[in-house]
Amino acid sequence: MRMDANIYDMGEIDIAWCPGCGNFSILQTLKEALAELDIEPQRLVMVSGIGQAAKIPHYMRCHYFNGLHGRAIPPATAIKVANPGLTVIAESGDGDMYGEGGNHLIHAIRRNSDFTNIVHDNMVYGLTKGQASPTSQCGFKTPVQVNGVILQPFNPIALAISLDASFVARAFSGDGDRTKEILKKAIAHKGYALVDIFQPCVSFNKVNTYQWFKERIYYLEETYDPSDRIEAFQRSLEQEKLPLGIFYINPSKPAFEENVGIYREDKTPLVFRKEDRTEKLQELTETRK
Amino acid sequence: MGQPRMNKKEDISIVLCGEAGQGVQTVERILVHVLKRSGFHVFATKEYMSRVRGGSNSTTIRVSSKRVSACVDKIDILVPFHAGAIDHVRKRISAQTMVFADPQIVPENASAVAGERVNIPFVQIAEELGGSIYLNIVAASVVLGIFLIDEGLISECIRQYFSQKGDEIIQKNLEAVRKGYEIGRDISQSGRFKAEIPPDPQVADEILLNGAEAVGFGALAAGCNFLSSYPMSPSTGVMVFLSQQMMDFDVLVEQAEDEISAINMAVGASYTGARSLVTTSGGGFALMIEGISLSGMIETPVVVHLAQRPGPATGLPTRTEQADLEMVLYAGHGEFPRIIFAPGNLEQAIMLTQKAFDLADKFQIPVLILTDQYFVDSYYNTPSLDFSQLKAERHVVKTDKDYKRYSLQSDGISPRGIPGYGEGLVGVDSDEHDQEAHITEDLELRTKMVDKRLHKMALIKEETVPPALFGPQEFKILIIGWGSTYPIIKEAMEIIGRDDLAFLHFSQIFPLHERTQPLINQAEQIIIIENNATSQLGRFLKLHTGVDIQSKILKYSGLPFSVEEIVEGVLNRIK
Repeated sequence: MRMDANIYDMGEIDIAWCPGCGNFSILQTLKEALAELDIEPQRLVMVSGIGQAAKIPHYMRCHYFNGLHGRAIPPATAIKVANPGLTVIAESGDGDMYGEGGNHLIHAIRRNSDFTNIVHDNMVYGLTKGQASPTSQCGFKTPVQVNGVILQPFNPIALAISLDASFVARAFSGDGDRTKEILKKAIAHKGYALVDIFQPCVSFNKVNTYQWFKERIYYLEETYDPSDRIEAFQRSLEQEKLPLGIFYINPSKPAFEENVGIYREDKTPLVFRKEDRTEKLQELTETRK
Repeated sequence: MGQPRMNKKEDISIVLCGEAGQGVQTVERILVHVLKRSGFHVFATKEYMSRVRGGSNSTTIRVSSKRVSACVDKIDILVPFHAGAIDHVRKRISAQTMVFADPQIVPENASAVAGERVNIPFVQIAEELGGSIYLNIVAASVVLGIFLIDEGLISECIRQYFSQKGDEIIQKNLEAVRKGYEIGRDISQSGRFKAEIPPDPQVADEILLNGAEAVGFGALAAGCNFLSSYPMSPSTGVMVFLSQQMMDFDVLVEQAEDEISAINMAVGASYTGARSLVTTSGGGFALMIEGISLSGMIETPVVVHLAQRPGPATGLPTRTEQADLEMVLYAGHGEFPRIIFAPGNLEQAIMLTQKAFDLADKFQIPVLILTDQYFVDSYYNTPSLDFSQLKAERHVVKTDKDYKRYSLQSDGISPRGIPGYGEGLVGVDSDEHDQEAHITEDLELRTKMVDKRLHKMALIKEETVPPALFGPQEFKILIIGWGSTYPIIKEAMEIIGRDDLAFLHFSQIFPLHERTQPLINQAEQIIIIENNATSQLGRFLKLHTGVDIQSKILKYSGLPFSVEEIVEGVLNRIK
């Protein structure tokens, strides 16, 4: 029997998101994707940082690690490698993942840890009330960037492709069905998977609205080949129109958990290995005589 | 000039000094190993510059009839590998020093030093063997010749040490040993320098470790199976040691992209059920401080080893200091319990590191182990340990479906579950949270959660390691020290030999043991000894005991104390 998405429901809870926020649809879409992949709550660890998007683990029935601002990726990496039997999702907003945690993003791609990195990208800081985010567009005015943003916006898709990330996709919170299919592929992918999800911020971003996204987004064609890295990079640079879908997949990269020595022979999760070390320690002391 | 004659019966201090890249470390390792195998108590410590080639680095090796684990100033044998060596150690050279020097390296007119000199053509011998790379082995063998070490044992060690280098290299080095050894033996037999230290056959079977390895052994004994760190001198030795044991002991070692990642990985692995260690130095720890607070808030254990070096900022990367105590005492915003250990010798480093993991697990807190460059880089022989006595304690529960990670318990310890072990769901949250780990702004609950976390302190205090008292119970003068200065102060105390003088050593700084107050109150005079400029332990003791220690011996040049300095410092301060 197919798993129902409501297995992840928390029941009557107070959700801290603004009415009309794209986070609601991302939450529902994620639950559906997980249910369709038959991933039980007991097998899922949601890891997040700080921000409005980073509250998502509190609204799902599952294991979770809601850590520090910008630091979802390091614990996600460690959780997966300590117990590869768990499905791990690191999810936060653009400020958390691309700003505060930018260095971890770069190295997570290099490491190719097997977790899905979902980033709610609304091009603004919500929880701190409306300052520029790394993906804010030039000219975007805020109470801090009073003359408009002068830094070039961060392009996560281009960055990930340039680093040969093993799975790179972009979705739109306003399209649950297509987003669900992208998320399912990302979660099922073995290795690091980045899913940047465009999402309007109804409270603090009056420029990049639902309508603004609707006018600019389009899906990569059926004939598009996500194994072509050069083409993927070119498409990631488009600015007038904003492509959605799976930009790039490199299926041949082994995941971090497959690469680390401790799992080469024994697949038992590290945390469940039981061994008396006394004898080995005595042997090791012999080498120091 | 008449033939100088020296006869050393108890304790010989050998100093090798050369540029980085001249093989001083190789010689140190071979000498210490062979001497220990021959039944001598040995201690070696090095001081080195933060560079890969050039400069001036020295190693001091003590060879003794008694157990030695402390740094001394005196030099009995000096082997300069480069011209700058004499100036580098000039202050330590005395009339009792014998210098084995090649006039080609150290011109005779340059050695305007108090010591006696024996000329040895190291360069010529090395050239004849094939190049200057053999110079260090020739020099080491001169020393071994003086000690009349069994030649077979030396050959065995050389073969072992160069086993990866191929037969030709081994043969050349064995030839270097023969040449050097003959010279040393002749010096000894001529009576110019006699090393008449009685060997102890039991020493041959002891183990040789440095401080970094001792911390590593403790971690392995504790069941540590995860280390994430970013390389930083002088803490990296622990990371290297555990990396080498990765496959044999199932330890996952990951070099993180930065220290922030390292601590967050370690806490994440620990949440999953791993036993996590982070090794770093002051600057790296400064970056980890938010992660320490995270460990305190989400009540997820982590053990951090901090090998101190002089700051502020980059400071002196390869030197030693004890100036990060206040940082670790107060590291992390907000209020949460912690434990701080500061081992004083190899055995304590093993035992306390092991204990650190158990206590971190039991109380679900961060535990910090403070060492320093001097401690991690010094090594000596110590009796083999019985690891069957060191069993790791685990404190993880199997969850049921109603499991709540932060259930309110009277002792403050909520049973800790991990994902995938039992039916329950395990959440942790860096925000203030309710019993199920969900964000809360219920301020009454907030107060209860703070109380719950801080309540653990009562139980933590019950497991505090008491400070160790050496000397008479009825002391009048009390010397206080902590961490790595322990063997240095202890040896100085033995030399001073006063029956009204005792030494109190702290291997756990936080929380302080309750014996601290009465012992401090008993003293008529207290002298505190710290490798820092402002007496950080002194300030902390004042805060907790109300006693303001006026008499201080402080050193912050980047070098460790020597036994002689402590003797002089204490004698000058006794009222």
